[in-house]
Amino acid sequence: MATKTLAGKTVEVDEEGFLVNPDDWTEEMAPLLAEQVGIYELTDRHWEVIRFMRKEYKERGQIPTVRRIKNVGGIPTKELYELFPEGPAKKAAYIAGLGKPQGCV
Amino acid sequence: MKKLLILGGGTAGTMMANKLAPVLDKNEWQITVVDQEETHYYQPGFLFIPFGIYTREDVIKPRHDFFPSGVEVIISPIEVIEPDANRVKLSNGRVLNYDYLIIATGSHIEPEETEGLKDGGWRENIFDFYTLDGAVALSNYLKYWKGGKMVVNIVEMPIKCPVAPLEFVFLADWWFTEQGIRDKVEIEYVTPLPGAFTKPIASRFLGQFLEKKNIKLTPEFSTGRVDSGRNKIISWDEKEIDYDLLVTIPTNMGSEVIARSGLGDDLNFIPTDPHTLMAKGYDNIFVIGDATDLPSSKAGSVAHFEAEVLFENFLRKIEGRELLPKFDGHANCFIESGFGKGILIDFNYDVEPLPGKFPLPGVGPFSLLQETRMNHWGKMMFRWVYWNLLLKGAELPIEAEMNMAGKMRA
Repeated sequence: MATKTLAGKTVEVDEEGFLVNPDDWTEEMAPLLAEQVGIYELTDRHWEVIRFMRKEYKERGQIPTVRRIKNVGGIPTKELYELFPEGPAKKAAYIAGLGKPQGCV
Repeated sequence: MKKLLILGGGTAGTMMANKLAPVLDKNEWQITVVDQEETHYYQPGFLFIPFGIYTREDVIKPRHDFFPSGVEVIISPIEVIEPDANRVKLSNGRVLNYDYLIIATGSHIEPEETEGLKDGGWRENIFDFYTLDGAVALSNYLKYWKGGKMVVNIVEMPIKCPVAPLEFVFLADWWFTEQGIRDKVEIEYVTPLPGAFTKPIASRFLGQFLEKKNIKLTPEFSTGRVDSGRNKIISWDEKEIDYDLLVTIPTNMGSEVIARSGLGDDLNFIPTDPHTLMAKGYDNIFVIGDATDLPSSKAGSVAHFEAEVLFENFLRKIEGRELLPKFDGHANCFIESGFGKGILIDFNYDVEPLPGKFPLPGVGPFSLLQETRMNHWGKMMFRWVYWNLLLKGAELPIEAEMNMAGKMRA
């Protein structure tokens, strides 16, 4: 398994760079992970999404979908795409240190 | 008297009633099925209607024809499921108590979920083929269409029968060729997925087919709204695609009653154990078919394989035995590819569609991930199998668990 060092901590990552263990994640890692997917500034709204995703994952064991981020997290889909362009669920999960969201069949 | 209540008399619910009725003692068990409609639809046939291959009459039969005697069938919408009280309230006022519940309420399209989709253009130059009325309306439209740009758009995943939109464009390519207007028609396939299909090997293979048939593939397009005044679909990140004719596969959702009952996720699909098919958090509710939240395809073949597992688990449950985690996500889909040919894919949760041979006792091997006439024949034969064998719960010569025999890894 590949590893990378973020904010002074070495963590396991999958072949696409997603953290393997969500518990390895710290808030200091978020800006570094964000840069890797082309987001150079994390605003309060970004953080709202990231924290919502962490909370959902912790409580439900699932990475929330775009629809759930809208319905429960209160972030309109349009805005979510502005915050995390081209695949918000995937990018936000990446930055939040969660695994890759499961694709649908 | 113990009560088994089955909600939904579609493919999955009908199969379960037919499998369980002969083995549950009639003196001990009352089986009741509830559905809101008198008509049973052969949904895989909707695909063929726009091209005049099937008509409305080819895909409907009275639901009552498919239930065994002794099963009570109630035609009524469902008001609410109250799992903590083990009862279901119907819209006609009746209250049904149950000991065991099987939820098979399916999925359906919700065009209202997309801004602008049901505005002026709906059934004018915007059609779906996931409803019988939509497929018939599209058939009438295509009969007189002179050509232009046809966009086939999957709004969001998951959708029922994820290969159907591909089959639609393959058939359209064939049909416009037959009509002598293929050179006047531009076909574009617009999907939120990164490629033609969900799994890499099949996605590459089917992507080549699109190219060969001169169908433009636009991946990673998440539809945000439709501007029917300007004939454009617009993504959440403001990319625009023009159309003259839009064939849409709108958002698919589970039944409203699931939401009203607080049993579903954000798309009204029910959290279900992926291997035993028991509803998560309950020990007398099973879920089958499109109504589940499982990462398997929403398709009749999947419901069929689930039915085998659920049948066994239901009997184990009522005899107080452990459930078997036997469902593996198995799906088996004939993909109509036009010009009298078809492709077959066979896969499960863990094994993506692979090339090779698919053995079928008594009929012979079908080719996997290859285009053959035999596969087309298999697809067309399936309607007879569906009405006469599958719904009635008959044993088919195909195992519920996926088999690696004949499959080749690259």
